Amino acid sequence: MTALLTAIGYQGWILHALIWLPVLGMGLVLWAEEERAKHIAFWWSLGVLVLSLGLWFVFDPNSAAMQLQTHAAWIPAWGISYSLGVDGISLFMVLLTTFTSAAAILGSFNYIKKRQRAFYALMLLLEAGVVGVFCATDLFLFYVFFELTLVPMYFIIGVWGGERRIYSAIKFFLFTAFGSLLMLVGILYLFFKAKTLLGIPTFAYADLLQVPLTMKEQLWLFAAFALAFSVKVPVFPLHTWLPDAHVEAPTPGSVVLAAVLLKMGTYGFLRFLLPLFPGAAQHPTVVTVMMVLGIIGIVYTAWVAAVQPDAKKLVAYTSVAHMGFVVIGIFALTVNGLQGGLVVMISHGLSTGALFLLLGMLYERRHTRLIEAFGGLGRVAPWFATAFVVTALASIGLPGTSGFIGEFLALVGTFETHRVMAVIAATGVIFAAYYMLPMVQKVWYNALDKPENREFPDLSRREIAILAPMLALMIWIGWNPTPFLRRMEPSVRAVIERVEASNASSAAATSAPWIEAPATPALAPQTDEATPTVALTNESNDASGDAAKPGGGQEMTMYAGGLGRHGPNAAHPMTRTGS
Amino acid sequence: MTLDFSRNLHYVWALLPEITLSVWAMLVLVAGVTGKHRPGNRQGGEGDPDFGRGADLGWLALVGLLVAAFFNGWLYGVTEVGHTSMIAVDRFRLFANWIFLLAGAFAILISFSYVHRQRLQAGEFYGLILLAVTGMMFMAAARDLIVIFLGLEVMSISVYALTAFNRRDRKSAEAGLKYFLLGAFSTGFFLYGIALVYGATGSTNVVAIGASVASGTARGGFLILGIALLTIGFAFKVSAVPFHMWTPDVYEGAPAPVTAFMSAGVKTAAFVAFLRVFLVGFDAAYGSWYPIMWWLAAITMVAANLIALVQSNVKRMLAYSSIAHAGYLLVALTAANETAAAGMLFYLLVYTLMNMGAFAIVIAVSHQSEERLQIEDYAGFGWSNPLLGVFLTIFLLSLAGFPGTGGFMGKIFLLQGAVDSQLWTLSVILVLTTVASYWYYLRVAWFMWMREPASADQHAQVSAPLPMRLALMASVALILYMGIFPASALGFAQSSVHGLGALGGSLLGLAR
Repeated sequence: MTALLTAIGYQGWILHALIWLPVLGMGLVLWAEEERAKHIAFWWSLGVLVLSLGLWFVFDPNSAAMQLQTHAAWIPAWGISYSLGVDGISLFMVLLTTFTSAAAILGSFNYIKKRQRAFYALMLLLEAGVVGVFCATDLFLFYVFFELTLVPMYFIIGVWGGERRIYSAIKFFLFTAFGSLLMLVGILYLFFKAKTLLGIPTFAYADLLQVPLTMKEQLWLFAAFALAFSVKVPVFPLHTWLPDAHVEAPTPGSVVLAAVLLKMGTYGFLRFLLPLFPGAAQHPTVVTVMMVLGIIGIVYTAWVAAVQPDAKKLVAYTSVAHMGFVVIGIFALTVNGLQGGLVVMISHGLSTGALFLLLGMLYERRHTRLIEAFGGLGRVAPWFATAFVVTALASIGLPGTSGFIGEFLALVGTFETHRVMAVIAATGVIFAAYYMLPMVQKVWYNALDKPENREFPDLSRREIAILAPMLALMIWIGWNPTPFLRRMEPSVRAVIERVEASNASSAAATSAPWIEAPATPALAPQTDEATPTVALTNESNDASGDAAKPGGGQEMTMYAGGLGRHGPNAAHPMTRTGS
Repeated sequence: MTLDFSRNLHYVWALLPEITLSVWAMLVLVAGVTGKHRPGNRQGGEGDPDFGRGADLGWLALVGLLVAAFFNGWLYGVTEVGHTSMIAVDRFRLFANWIFLLAGAFAILISFSYVHRQRLQAGEFYGLILLAVTGMMFMAAARDLIVIFLGLEVMSISVYALTAFNRRDRKSAEAGLKYFLLGAFSTGFFLYGIALVYGATGSTNVVAIGASVASGTARGGFLILGIALLTIGFAFKVSAVPFHMWTPDVYEGAPAPVTAFMSAGVKTAAFVAFLRVFLVGFDAAYGSWYPIMWWLAAITMVAANLIALVQSNVKRMLAYSSIAHAGYLLVALTAANETAAAGMLFYLLVYTLMNMGAFAIVIAVSHQSEERLQIEDYAGFGWSNPLLGVFLTIFLLSLAGFPGTGGFMGKIFLLQGAVDSQLWTLSVILVLTTVASYWYYLRVAWFMWMREPASADQHAQVSAPLPMRLALMASVALILYMGIFPASALGFAQSSVHGLGALGGSLLGLAR
């Protein structure tokens, strides 16, 4: 397979194709007839999905570096380039995006009845934007894609949404934009530092990683970036836009929102927040604050979810709870925690995406989502009930499903460094059962006492086609997570190493961590090393692959002693089963 | 060709675009009262419904702009000896001239139908636009405060007249009077400022003033007072808070094409003169005017964006939005480095395109008159006129500074300038007020796409005649081009500020 893909030059064009093919598809959809738009959009997105699957084969699971890198000058005067690449963190996010987009488009066939061309065009544009977010290795490019995803989602919620759609759309837009614009100032600050220290303007991720920052700078920048990503995740006090957006969005909008857009936030944590500001990310106060917010998100939203009469709102709140696990997993700063966070991201994308699709199918049949309107549906629609129950169980993290792997690893990772936090967070798993199972019971079991539910049709073939692969993936990851974990591990480990390396260096600089001036002499040698690396970045793909490795080869050997706890031999509870 | 201004003829060469336009303005005026346009001639001149009566005069004026554009291009091949002459022949001026020509041409293209339906005197209308462009060009070219003043007056008086041009509309007359009175008042400040600066430095030549200020021979008290008064004069023209009071009323009352022209052209002219005077003339006194500019920028951004949030009249909302944009541009002035200066030029270019584009669609929605300006009138507009809807959405996104549009790149450029001078607080204010601005720009978008129209035929009369469509398509194309492939336009702006004035080259971008 890999040989075949290499023969057609797959590595060279795939990332471009994943971004620009949906844009092309958008043009086709707009040009097509109203009735055929959905078919074109679906087959097109399916084609993109099939193309993207090749990534699984060409991706080298043993490397932590950015792979399949491409660079093209975009705005040379400002050192902005159109650079793409994937590593073990973004690989799965890209695949999740292409998968979810195709599923969401297929799932909207009956739901979207008006202005179909515009709708499917926006869905494809959204797909392009999200893939761009996950592939960009230039901070400016990343920011552009990050913001670009807002516009299609704004219109998807605002035009095709429910009754309070306009309020929800604008709230979604303003919340996210508020965070990301402050991040823009942060990015410009990094750019300014890089320009002063390296002597060339650059927004390249690999170059900005080389910029030494004092603790004070790191904390400020961390705050700016963390705000942008926390709104997106969403982390506890910033989550209020999410239930509104989810409830009002049309089914496919909710699916994409839950499955991929939220992941842009946690992806930002992993990709930018930890590697760029390792010192701040380790700062005890910062870690405590993020952990506590994550735990509040898990526990509080679980309680809120339990009392929701609207099934869709319930699932929306569970999103916040699940993302809380990702947040604590990430800020545990252990390999297990990060991997657990990543698996929760994938698992949540699949299970919550599927739940929203299922609720959309419920809504299409009965035009209500109130839990009390249903009851005993399992008797008239057994397949529907089966799919729903399996998805719900995956969502609450039953062993044997993807949700379990993710939450377990995240908790294990947290337990390694923050025992009390892990214990409190673990209660969230119980609460998850508390909010999800009664809902399942009231909808699918109990008495079939409402006459309008007697004619409830079971899943159609189209619906089975959407759900079957999602269910299969949830169970596959649940039983055999190794192929996934193996591909993530080097990149995740590199992030951890980078964070811990800074620990060693900041320990040396604790004598004057708050003063900028003394930092300069200590940085001088580092700057000298950085400059040739930067030069290589712009010239050759292979060399920049090494440069992109978070931490860089140089630093890694330098601080190898500090790795102890998470060295290559560290026990890994999930990799026992296979290679 | 090299100009050393040893002979008067050299001034003619240096001022060819301006001279062309002023002569052409007379030509259009005369053509407007002769032949078929003779007053009392009731036949003829109805013309194509798409273009309307007086369209031939509009095309004539456009040809004038084209000739001026040709000379403007020709001036790129002309070099001046020294950098102290009264009339600058530098790329900074020429870049600004492109913006003025663009704004003039755009204003004329979107006016055809309006002039016809409102029964305006076409010859005078187009003639005044050309004269206003001439004044703007003088302001960009001037290296002497007196010449700036002359340009300012030529421009302002033309625009006063244009504002009050719709004789049948009370609001237009009111706006004209208001603009004229307040404008004359601010001109007084400006002139007094010139006098004081002359008293302090012994010259009205910007370069000479710069040398005097730098060498410390200028008298401090007079100079500071002069700078303050000049700041007030300019702040009025760029409509910075708290000198903005006239803006919403005048923008709302003036005929819509004039509002579009004024919001782009007058602002650009005032800003380029502002930049030249302060960066070349008062560069060495940066420390004394920097705090004023900082607060002016901050207050303008905050106040304008907050007031714009509650506007329900689209024209008035765009007026406050234009004040907000003045605030963003003042950030560049506060930063006062070469990146910021280039950023200002780039932003003014983009701003001209997107703001005039938005106004053009306002004109189309309002049936080429002054009705249907409330935001409710846009309900469902997008779905009934998809192309215009998409265009307006792009203009609004660009005004909001969204990625993929020129407005975003412009804002980044301004931020880069601010960052180079380490104006972090101001940068944060800029982005936070931008978030606020999303609300009112997107509000139009949500009415357009997310509300259903009050009646099915609500948008039946919306019309965008061919010239307007041409202008809209060109500006959308340019906005997207500058948003997606900004490199060439950025480079052009950057090269246009190199060696701004004799001292400018050395003073600009110095560490402060």
